[in-house]
Amino acid sequence: MKRLSLVALTLLAAGTVAAACGGNPPPEAPAPVANADSIAQAERARQDSIAAAQAEAERAAREEAERLRRQAEADSLAALARVTEEVRAMLATMIHFDYDRANVRPGEDAAALDAKVAILNLNPNLRIRINGHCDDRGSDEYNLALGNRRAVAVKQYLVNKGIDASRIDTQSWGEERPVAMGADESAWAQNRRAEFEITGGGDALVRP
Amino acid sequence: MPGRPAALDSVRTIIARDLDYSDRFEMITLPAGGGGDSVRLSGTTRTGTPPVSRPGGTASRGGAQAALGLNYPLYQALGADFAADIVQSGDTTVLTLHDVAAGAVRRTIRARLPALGSPGFRQAVHRLADQLLQAALGAPGIAATRVLFVRDGKVYIIDHDGAEMRLVSSSDRQAMSPAWAPDGRRFGYMEFHAGKGQLFVQEMAGGRRVAAATSGQALDFTPTFSPDGRTMAFSRANEEGTDIYTVNIADNCCLQRLTVGRFSDNLSPTFSPDGQRIAFVSTRSGLPQVYVMASDGTDQQLFAPFDYGVTGSSNAPDWSPDGQSVAFHRDVAGTLQVFVLDVRTRTVRQLTSVGRNEDPGWAPDSRHMVFVSDRTGYRQLWIIDLDTGRIRPLLQQSGARLPAWSPRLPEAVSSTP
Repeated sequence: MKRLSLVALTLLAAGTVAAACGGNPPPEAPAPVANADSIAQAERARQDSIAAAQAEAERAAREEAERLRRQAEADSLAALARVTEEVRAMLATMIHFDYDRANVRPGEDAAALDAKVAILNLNPNLRIRINGHCDDRGSDEYNLALGNRRAVAVKQYLVNKGIDASRIDTQSWGEERPVAMGADESAWAQNRRAEFEITGGGDALVRP
Repeated sequence: MPGRPAALDSVRTIIARDLDYSDRFEMITLPAGGGGDSVRLSGTTRTGTPPVSRPGGTASRGGAQAALGLNYPLYQALGADFAADIVQSGDTTVLTLHDVAAGAVRRTIRARLPALGSPGFRQAVHRLADQLLQAALGAPGIAATRVLFVRDGKVYIIDHDGAEMRLVSSSDRQAMSPAWAPDGRRFGYMEFHAGKGQLFVQEMAGGRRVAAATSGQALDFTPTFSPDGRTMAFSRANEEGTDIYTVNIADNCCLQRLTVGRFSDNLSPTFSPDGQRIAFVSTRSGLPQVYVMASDGTDQQLFAPFDYGVTGSSNAPDWSPDGQSVAFHRDVAGTLQVFVLDVRTRTVRQLTSVGRNEDPGWAPDSRHMVFVSDRTGYRQLWIIDLDTGRIRPLLQQSGARLPAWSPRLPEAVSSTP
């Protein structure tokens, strides 16, 4: 808008000059020519400025559309990431074991594994590793075998529920990676556990 | 010369402690005599130890006295069976063992020791102590031996008298279960690699190591060497369970499976000294117990008897170098205690009862044993002499575990720091 009014002023000034010179013979002929040129130039400038204004308006509209599109995309990515994080947390829920035992306990632990079955079914590219751990009451070396038995028992539970065995690795850490320090049943119970880690296909997960 | 008396004093101190730690002598320390150039140790053998058996005894630090000038009647009156002079002559240390009862010199040992404080000094002195014990009793000692153990996931080595502890792990990865090769020049151990257990054989001198020719794709653990040093037996945990395998480490090939557990775990192999049998742990009866098989995997049977439903878990067997015993630990009333199985009679006896005691490892004399105990409040390494029942801490630091006592070490190794 600003530029448009500036052009109008210029046009008016050119007309004023022509009128002022009207009574006297012009010393040189080129004046009307020059005048015609400047009118054409002004007209061209006016058209240009209209085009520029239109282009500017279109550009602003495009930018706004793009901003809205990006916002929507970001919102959906955030939602996706949020869901993925929730699913990851469900997958990471540990289960626990009785002393020197490797069987999956019914109730809370079985339910936690059933939730993982649902996740694995909905996310066919997801691969996991089950890590078996022990408390430090038993023998150091025997616990490597016990932790292995725990990891394998959990894998077997998932496989029995229909999950492809090739999607699940197992490993044992024995008593070498405690999560709770201390020499009481509370610490021991926390350490007798299976942990779950994602080894592949975990970037975007669908929630059951 | 300055420094020489100090060296001589160190020699005396180390040898006196070695003889004490052999649990075969009673040492009596007499007040210091005159000069510092000569020291004297004397003692009797402990009750029941051949070839000399007289209770009571003495150890003394005498004055500057020539080896041949020993006052035998005095030492006889003190009840001493033996006396030892240690004299520095130029750059040679001269150790003279007197048979007090016979009133004569039994043996003279000459050695050029490394400088005091230099690498190999202590091991050279330990070697002298072993020579002295051999000359007195006709039995090899254990002074020049060492113990491997794990602390904070690293493998360490320490002299049998608790001196010269140092790190031998060569990586930052978590290690477990060190085991000596019978030549004393190498050791094996397990290391966690990307969640799997990889077995290594490492040179004691220089630290060069080779991964055993196992797949590296499973959890391989509890390595142990056959007596000829050509084979390593170990446990492998995978989705089939845990079973015992062997691998030829001489040619680094030829994996063999010895047990097929299916619904039980088999682990912690230990060879008989003739290499014919392997004791191991199996859960085939429910809880882990000690079994035995031929070294090709045949003829598997229960080794250490137990009462089904009563006896607790038994683990960590170690076959004694003399072949007569297998030490292991067993869960008794919720804690672990060290037991010894008599291989001939297949009877077991409980060795410990104070605190939690586990992971026994035999000394090469088959009468001493290193084990882990929390009897003072935290887990540390202890040594027990089965003949006398004497017990002493090897290491006053907490967290040490999985000890393995060396065989008698070859000179080149024991003089290398």
